[in-house]
Amino acid sequence: MTARVGVVTFPGSLDDRDTARAVRLAGSEPVALWHGDPDLHGVDAVVLPGGFSYGDYLRGGAIARFAPIMDELVPAARAGLPVLGICNGFQVLCESHLLPGALTRNAGLHFVCRPQTLRVESEDTYWTGDYAAGQEIVLPIKHGEGRYVADPVTVAGLEADGRVVLRYVGNPNGSAGDIAAVANEAGNVVGLMPHPEHATDPITGPSTDGLPFFTSILSRLVAA
Amino acid sequence: MARVVVEVMLKPEILDPQGQAIVGAAHRLGFPHVGAVRQGKRFEIELDGEPDEARLAEIRRMAETLLANPVIEDFELRFD
Repeated sequence: MTARVGVVTFPGSLDDRDTARAVRLAGSEPVALWHGDPDLHGVDAVVLPGGFSYGDYLRGGAIARFAPIMDELVPAARAGLPVLGICNGFQVLCESHLLPGALTRNAGLHFVCRPQTLRVESEDTYWTGDYAAGQEIVLPIKHGEGRYVADPVTVAGLEADGRVVLRYVGNPNGSAGDIAAVANEAGNVVGLMPHPEHATDPITGPSTDGLPFFTSILSRLVAA
Repeated sequence: MARVVVEVMLKPEILDPQGQAIVGAAHRLGFPHVGAVRQGKRFEIELDGEPDEARLAEIRRMAETLLANPVIEDFELRFD
């Protein structure tokens, strides 16, 4: 048994093909979804990939949030559909208010592009069940606007509720609390700045540490 | 034609590294009295029709949903 995992392409998405490949490597069937088509085509989960949707005009993710497919995706995610937002996809999830906080210009102003060590803080989400909490992994990061910010009450709430999913080991961008990934309350929606889809094959990535994001969701869906 | 100006600024508590970079450049260029800089965005919106309260309210809704992200930004709006 497999799962059908949708990968949305917005104008300016870059990592939709790598994401579809990661979905396939993990044993699920990738389904191409189009920003202008307000139909999720019955997929079991959705990934919003990295890139520069709409050229990052206004703010990263600010215009993608209003794409026709989001009219279907936002209520579906609130009703429990598993959604993973990677990099620009994380920005879209924050702009859509599916996740709290926002991603702003890196503290050092530099675009950072390198393998990054991260610590898994929560295995209790739909997308991280195949990791162990406390595990250190290496994933590529590549962003200019990845500094996670939220008001102190929100950050304290995320910490208290175990909704910080990944933390940077060596903060590359000034994110509050070294936060690299957060989940919604139900754990079905996760956003992260690092790129698990680029770390699924030793030939092309610094590790294969990203694959468990894609096997986790398959295990979860098949078990359901 | 009536025009509405919307100015969007990062909230005071949000770090503005672009503003900091501008301060650094200003000092290097010989403008030593530049203390702090915050960088924002200005939108000039041409209105169709009469500039009444209803249209201003419409632009306000646009500002808070699209032009600004209330999580990190404040905005001001006025007829120009």
